[in-house]
Amino acid sequence: MSQVASFSIDHTGFLDAQGKVQGELPAFARDAETLTRLYKAMVLTRTFDAKAVSLQRTGRLGTFASSLGQEAVAVGVGEALRPEDVLLPSFREQGGQFLRGVTMTELLLYWGGDERGSDYAGPREDFPICVPVGTQAPQAAGVALALKLRGEARVAACVFGDGATSRGDVYEAMNFAALQALPLVFVVNNNQWAISVPRARQTAAETLAQKAVAAGMPGLQVDGNDVIAVRHVVGEAVERARRGGGPALIEALTYRLSDHTTADDASRYRDDAEVSARWKEDPVARLRTYLSEAGHWTKEAEEALIADCAARVEAAVEEYLATPALPPSAMFDHLYAELPAALEAQRDEVTANNDAEGDEP
Amino acid sequence: MSELALVEAVRLALARAMSDDETVLLLGEDVGIDGGVFRATDGLLARFGEARVIDTPLSESLFVGLAVGLGAQGFRPVIEYQFMGFMYPAIDQVLNHAGRLRNRTRGRLSCPMVIRAPYGGGIHAPEHHSESMEALFAHIPGLRVVIPSSPAKAYGLLLAAIRDPDPVVFLEPKRVYRATKEDVADDGAALPLDQCFTLRDGRDVTLVSWGAMLQETLAAAETLAAEGKEAEVIDVATLKPLDMETILASVERTGRCVIVQEAPLSGGVGAEIAAGLADRGLVSLLAPVGRVAGYDTVMPLPRLEAHYMPTEQRILRKLRETLAYT
Ligand SMILES: Cc1ncc(C[n+]2csc(CCOP(=O)(O)OP(=O)(O)O)c2C)c(N)n1
Ligand SMILES: [Mg+2]
Repeated sequence: MSQVASFSIDHTGFLDAQGKVQGELPAFARDAETLTRLYKAMVLTRTFDAKAVSLQRTGRLGTFASSLGQEAVAVGVGEALRPEDVLLPSFREQGGQFLRGVTMTELLLYWGGDERGSDYAGPREDFPICVPVGTQAPQAAGVALALKLRGEARVAACVFGDGATSRGDVYEAMNFAALQALPLVFVVNNNQWAISVPRARQTAAETLAQKAVAAGMPGLQVDGNDVIAVRHVVGEAVERARRGGGPALIEALTYRLSDHTTADDASRYRDDAEVSARWKEDPVARLRTYLSEAGHWTKEAEEALIADCAARVEAAVEEYLATPALPPSAMFDHLYAELPAALEAQRDEVTANNDAEGDEP
Repeated sequence: MSELALVEAVRLALARAMSDDETVLLLGEDVGIDGGVFRATDGLLARFGEARVIDTPLSESLFVGLAVGLGAQGFRPVIEYQFMGFMYPAIDQVLNHAGRLRNRTRGRLSCPMVIRAPYGGGIHAPEHHSESMEALFAHIPGLRVVIPSSPAKAYGLLLAAIRDPDPVVFLEPKRVYRATKEDVADDGAALPLDQCFTLRDGRDVTLVSWGAMLQETLAAAETLAAEGKEAEVIDVATLKPLDMETILASVERTGRCVIVQEAPLSGGVGAEIAAGLADRGLVSLLAPVGRVAGYDTVMPLPRLEAHYMPTEQRILRKLRETLAYT
């Protein structure tokens, strides 16, 4: 018998749970301004999430998926991309979407039930939030194939959850991406849960990163609560892909501190003790500790940031709440490039019904 | 102008679209060096190269997802499914994404694509190779579903489908891939989508069908003519969106209608046409709308296949019944 293949999975982390540096920081992380920017982006995301949950609780927003505790993954990915790259997110990547120029108002509109929330004014080529789990992965391969065929130095990034890695779509996309050496970086936002299904019941594989091995591409694991590590490892994969080095899969280990969505009650399936223990690994607190101890962050700066984030979120909420719904016939506006004649009668009917019955059917 | 079989007309349209427009790409299993299992893409790899004729791994769910990404980036992918029976994993991408990307982004992103697949029975193919499941796709908002019935229709409709800015499911009746030849001019002229074609004028009854079934339908009209009754034959061609106007106008003249489909009877496109007639054509109707269809059974394996397929005889029986109704 002889061994024909073997693999190992590297894990990267720089800031431990106490905010202490392990090993040597990557070059970008020696710039206080960069780290402060990452910190601010995480705090903004946390402020937004908390507000969105409270809006839902008070009947002013639909079901919403908070990213509480997972901010470092989204923000690290968002920071690793260039504006001209293309992001294909899941439904829990708001932190990264904001960095790419998606507005808080847009995401509130989306979760508030308005298609205009996916008509991003900023990153025009980014894909909208993807609800059918993992289905954005094949699309990311399509985007990356387009970038490669045109010979552009651009990269697609696709983020999905630990649950998504059990879907065939994700494997089909990874397999094709590796075959074609596509400029595509897959990121698993492994928050340990897929609604009530814990990571251990999702797959018998020891790591999710190793799913890349079967597809023929590098698989790496990173501390997903360390924004420096996420930014670094994703950034290296993105730049490697940009140089023609092909795709990679990065598993970011984090923890979903919130319910799955506002429609979920996680106390039905997991212990509070588990959650409180995980709060000790909070990505936001750990970077704040590091920045404070390094002398780059003060109590005053923190207070100013909290006030600023609250004001920005409040402004977005106001804009969202002040946006009137589209007229009912809008559901026909973009069904096709041009509405087929066969559908005109239905569009006229919805308008006529509305005229007869008023705005609130 | 040359005499071409339907599958050759498909190839001609693909080649034409690819030489006219650099953004047109072909993807699918065995579409490259093998030219596709029905040879629809024969020679296209040699002519257009690996970057535009892409042999994919066996990943049916992937293909439409790829096309969504490519389409959103400005390409016009044409995907070949080897057989309709293997398309179903793609329904997720078709329904959840391809058909709604434009709408859900308010027009910011769209994904033009053509999803080609040979479909239908009558060639004694193995299990899963003979179904006619067009109604599954015709139910999906934001799509077009197109079925050509002849070589010239295949050429013109496929060009139209590729140039269309929205996703098109283009189902090819493989029983007639090589059954007949027709003069097809490679003039780059597309046929209109969203329109039925009247293949034969008649004043006594309207016969409505699509795809391979038009062979039997036209033969039945011919036999009927010898008996002194003239059937108007309509080729639906675009099943979604459905051009009821042409069908209604014909039934207004004839007062009678028989719909012929190879697909199972219930919930098929024929039922939608019959409902459209009940809705808006009732006053013209002199007889109940007749339907000749496959049965609501699992498509039989080849030994019983001929008993499943609507035949000229079955169509004639229904026609005579419809004509005799007073
Ligand atoms: C294909 C599909 N199946 C089921 C669902 C319902 N659902 C929504 S989120 C979810 C769990 C997803 O878990 P994971 O991929 O780990 O992402 P997370 O929610 O933890 O971010 C499920 C089952 C869905 N949206 N899509
Ligand atoms: Mg998860």
